Amino acid sequence: MSPDAKRPRRFKPDRDVKEWKGAYVPYDFLKEAFVAFLAVGVLTVLLAVVFSSPDEPAVTLKSWSIANPVDFAQTAITELDGTSAVATYGPPYNATPNSSQHIGFFEPNQWFGVHQPINTAQDFVIQPLRTLPSQPILQAALNRYQSASTTQQTSWTTAYEKAVANANDVHGRLHVPLGPYGPVGIIISAETAMAQTGGLDGTLLSEGQFYNTNYTKPLLFIADGTYLSNLAGAQHLQGSQWGMMNETGNYPGQAWLWLYTMWYQVPPMNSSSNGDLEVWAIMMVLTLGLILLPFIPGLRSIPRWTRVYRLIWRRHYRSLT
Amino acid sequence: MSVDTGSHTDEPGAEESRQWTARARRAAESAFPPDRLLPDRQPAYMASWIYVFGVLTVVSLAWVIITGCVLAIMGPSWWHVSTAGHFVNSLHLWSVEAFFSFMVIHLWGKFFMAAWRGNRRLTWATGVISFAVSVGAAFTGYLSQQNFDSQWISTQAKDGINATGAGAVWNVLNFGQMLMWHIVLLPIAVVIIAGLHVLLVRRHGIVPPFADDERKSKETVAPPAEEPA
Repeated sequence: MSPDAKRPRRFKPDRDVKEWKGAYVPYDFLKEAFVAFLAVGVLTVLLAVVFSSPDEPAVTLKSWSIANPVDFAQTAITELDGTSAVATYGPPYNATPNSSQHIGFFEPNQWFGVHQPINTAQDFVIQPLRTLPSQPILQAALNRYQSASTTQQTSWTTAYEKAVANANDVHGRLHVPLGPYGPVGIIISAETAMAQTGGLDGTLLSEGQFYNTNYTKPLLFIADGTYLSNLAGAQHLQGSQWGMMNETGNYPGQAWLWLYTMWYQVPPMNSSSNGDLEVWAIMMVLTLGLILLPFIPGLRSIPRWTRVYRLIWRRHYRSLT
Repeated sequence: MSVDTGSHTDEPGAEESRQWTARARRAAESAFPPDRLLPDRQPAYMASWIYVFGVLTVVSLAWVIITGCVLAIMGPSWWHVSTAGHFVNSLHLWSVEAFFSFMVIHLWGKFFMAAWRGNRRLTWATGVISFAVSVGAAFTGYLSQQNFDSQWISTQAKDGINATGAGAVWNVLNFGQMLMWHIVLLPIAVVIIAGLHVLLVRRHGIVPPFADDERKSKETVAPPAEEPA
């Protein structure tokens, strides 16, 4: 310890206290804790009995493709041609250049690189369809697509994207107008049919072993469509609806995230392509500031300036007069 | 009959006094004498409703842990298929809401009391860190629900997590990983940090009110190495 640390220092009211030399009163801490424990228990039981808790069923590739096969097919073609949000996401899913969020040179997502590699054409479409037995027409279509040049593939998928934009849902079945899309029509129709049977859910979840708990692939596929986000919008869960602190139904959600989600509502974060990183940076600075508040002149004086403490200790101050 | 006449005495020898165990015991006894660890008297200025919220936060955490343990005993899918399980899940949800409500009021109360005064800065810091870690624990709970809410929150949150680079090792779309964080790692962290926070409160006691004449005070105080009363 330095000699300076031994030296008495000037009293600062926002840092130091005067030793309490007033009265002490009996205080049964354990009794208070026990009563509080019972009170919170009763309160929790009452809230649980009266309000229960939400449990909105999960969306599956099956339920999505049955409820909205057009949206499913429109999403599946973007997975096949590599134009979906996940296909162009960048790290940690793939190495798409200039895709990571950054603040100046600070680009941590790029530094860490690809850790959950996903090739949407292969992982979401081609490989699952290759697992289907006894489908010679489908396998021939896949062979034709995979052996074609990139230019030819792009021509087919572009033509299909135009056609599927005008597709119809006829009693749960996908009807796409005819067009020069080669084998792609067979591939996406088979993908939609596989999803409607529930087979695609299991195939995307499979990691080559019996037990699986990693839902990265099916969740990314589902999130690429508009079906999930439309359901979320109806529940007021979208980012623009302060959805981060909301919950399905009328239940309170993570209200403690109000400040975090607030930054997404204000410029420039609400329209910035680096908004997530910018909000993270702001929240980290604010959290660090809150931890270090006792060391920050000015900020640590706010309690004394606002004098809210006189309301908190009003009995004490009343006893002084 | 033989008599033990060895040189055993009650005075610790040099060897014993250097033991890690002996040193830890002496430090604990010095920092937490029984009447400080579990006091039965408090300064009279404690007569304020705001002090209730600290203990309410702690007991709410106890209910969160108890209801979470019941859910853990029966497994992650139980509450979706059982009325009793759904009720326990409801208890877990509402105890979490109570926990955060009480903790936020406690935090604001301590802010307006400038409760870091008198060498209590570490007490303040552990309280804020405890809040931040609790937010993470609750977040992974929402990811572990296995319903629409989990799907939406995880697919949205991945962008924020990935932007920081943490997505390389912390995959919010991996249910198994998030469940482990929710029921093992983060609860342990919350309990340790909150426990440290409570011990620091007991060590330093509750912060005294501002004195009316403090703004004009020319007094000096002891250096921070010396503990306040």
